[in-house]
Amino acid sequence: MRHVLSVLVENEPGVLSRVAGLFSGRGFNIDTLNVGPTLEKGVSLMTISTHGDEQIIEQIIKQLRKLITVIKVVDLSDTRAVEREMVLIKVHASENSRAEILRIVDIFRCKVVDVSTDELTLEVTGDQGKINAIVNMLQRFGIKEFARTGTVAMKRSMQL
Amino acid sequence: MELTGAQILLESLKQEGVQHIFGFPGGAVIDIYDELPKSSIQHFLVRHEQGAVHAADGYARSTGKVGVCLVTSGPGATNTVTGIATAYMDSIPIVVFTGQVPTALIGNDAFQEVDIVGITRPCTKHNYLIKDVRELAHSIKEAFYIASTGRPGPVLVDLPKDVMQARTEFEYPKTISLRSYNPNYIPNRKQVKKAANLLAKAERPLIYSGGGVISSEAGEILTRLARRFSLPVTSTMMGLGAFPGNDPLWLGMLGMHGTYAANMAVNNADVLLSVGARFDDRVTGKVNTFAPRAKIIHIDIDPTSIRKNVNVHIPIVSDCLNALKTLDEEMGEIESVQWEEKHGDWVKTVKGWCREQPLKYETGQSGKIKPQYVLEKVYELTRGEAIITTEVGQNQMWAAQFYKYHKPRTWLSSGGLGTMGYGFPAAIGAQVANPDKLVIDIAGDGSIQMNIQEMATAVCYNLPVKIIILNNSYLGMVRQWQELFYNKNYCATCLDTAPDFVKLAEAYGAEGHQVDKSEDVVPVLKKVFASPKTCIVDIRVEPEENVYPMVPAGASLTEMLLV
Repeated sequence: MRHVLSVLVENEPGVLSRVAGLFSGRGFNIDTLNVGPTLEKGVSLMTISTHGDEQIIEQIIKQLRKLITVIKVVDLSDTRAVEREMVLIKVHASENSRAEILRIVDIFRCKVVDVSTDELTLEVTGDQGKINAIVNMLQRFGIKEFARTGTVAMKRSMQL
Repeated sequence: MELTGAQILLESLKQEGVQHIFGFPGGAVIDIYDELPKSSIQHFLVRHEQGAVHAADGYARSTGKVGVCLVTSGPGATNTVTGIATAYMDSIPIVVFTGQVPTALIGNDAFQEVDIVGITRPCTKHNYLIKDVRELAHSIKEAFYIASTGRPGPVLVDLPKDVMQARTEFEYPKTISLRSYNPNYIPNRKQVKKAANLLAKAERPLIYSGGGVISSEAGEILTRLARRFSLPVTSTMMGLGAFPGNDPLWLGMLGMHGTYAANMAVNNADVLLSVGARFDDRVTGKVNTFAPRAKIIHIDIDPTSIRKNVNVHIPIVSDCLNALKTLDEEMGEIESVQWEEKHGDWVKTVKGWCREQPLKYETGQSGKIKPQYVLEKVYELTRGEAIITTEVGQNQMWAAQFYKYHKPRTWLSSGGLGTMGYGFPAAIGAQVANPDKLVIDIAGDGSIQMNIQEMATAVCYNLPVKIIILNNSYLGMVRQWQELFYNKNYCATCLDTAPDFVKLAEAYGAEGHQVDKSEDVVPVLKKVFASPKTCIVDIRVEPEENVYPMVPAGASLTEMLLV
């Protein structure tokens, strides 16, 4: 099963290597990995999406907690969480296809961030399902470049 | 007052109570060596850096204190890796200081530069590259704290040359707290109560103890608990010595080369109390047939050990000492159970297995010396009072089986990593820490050659370590597997070219003896144990003797090959 882990770490040299090395050394999977600084100085947040059976996920979480530079690990799959990913897609857009691409942009509520005579660059934000859906829709026009952030996620404040 | 990095290092070691370090100098650490003579710390010069780490490891295992070594950058650092990995697998507290090229040169492929922090990341509990002399004292404090607390382990501190030369005000931190590292020493009382109740209901309980009992100094309470509630005890190889090997409740080691009684008991137990052990594959055999009838209570300070290999009914994350103390209290409060009476039949059954299939060996017609016989005699002559270290392979298994360990920290052996060449340098470390004790390395003719250069170290410091080589002219354990599972294809296991160990000992200024006849074993051992010198005893044993019982790799514990 897919799990999204929120991992708070000390932002010091080698911390990414410690986490990545743990996954590779123990044969765990990383599907996506996102790292960035938090508002607290010296602390970074990693969001790791991974998959495995219950026992594997339990080991991943415990092993992460065992790293001296890891401050906190939360499995966001245990709770309701907001999950987002952003991609930039450079898609081939000829005179004939441009209008249809813009309709798709509308439907998916994404943004055009760059334009040229035969290309459009789109910024899409959403969960994995939405990203995969728009990719499917755009593939026939010809996707020239594709950059994906990997999942970032956060627990919802109230369980409504 | 301002001190240099080198001075701060030595001053910090003093503050940590370090008296002895093992090391080997080089360009990157020469500033530290320059300060060393002014310090109260005694340095032992080894002949290879791997020896330094194993010596620090043996020092740590035999005392419980943190072992320390100091080596130079590049090859000095990489030579420590096997020793570090050995300590990591067996959770041994050591701190390894490595030299590093000056910070300005890091990343430039400078002379004797290696990214040792990168290399050792997966085999240290934690490691540091000190880039600023102002971080030095604090990082050393952290290193010792991390190495010795929680589940202990090796910590490496990489010291660039310019940091050792730079100056700063020295103040050693008195305490330390890390927001991301807080090992849990105290068991959850509710869990312990549950465990006590489960044990009260048990008909066939068994204690399976491991190295954690030794590192948390819980041997005494384990022994008390087992005797008080009539619980038979088996242990992993790492756990030998925590429970007296001459106690009637002792079943011997379990696992691949465990005793018949121990493996049968695991197979039949209805409650398994696992303390400070991690269900390693050499212990469990085929994991889904391990302890098939048992509910499992698992006490371990490391949460990752729990449910890593087997499912556990009652997990208790705690220091073994505190957990066993609490369990002893909780079980003591259960008045309705007459423990001795309740477990009487079960104890009788397991003792029956001990009698039915004790550890034994064929005395044979060849007239050759049996290695097991040597171990029995070593035990008798030392009355179990010696510190035994081992190399790895058949020598290690016979030493685990045929010598009875009475006390914790008298058995030092590379369990997890299985490092050939461990035993001799570890014996040097143990002898430094225990100058009045008899320290014996049980070796094979193969593994002793992996760190034989440390003979110079032992002789140089008058360390009267005794090396007993069970010489079968084979890499015996691999040969045994080839015999049993590979149609006797003895590829690359025959060591018919070997040095004359007696001459070798003498060449180093030590004492050497060769023994070819069984009747000479005892007189030579007596002489050697009384000698004040480093000694090698080359005992020519039955070449194709096997270690039994043996559970083939991947088989269930009950599928033992017996003598």
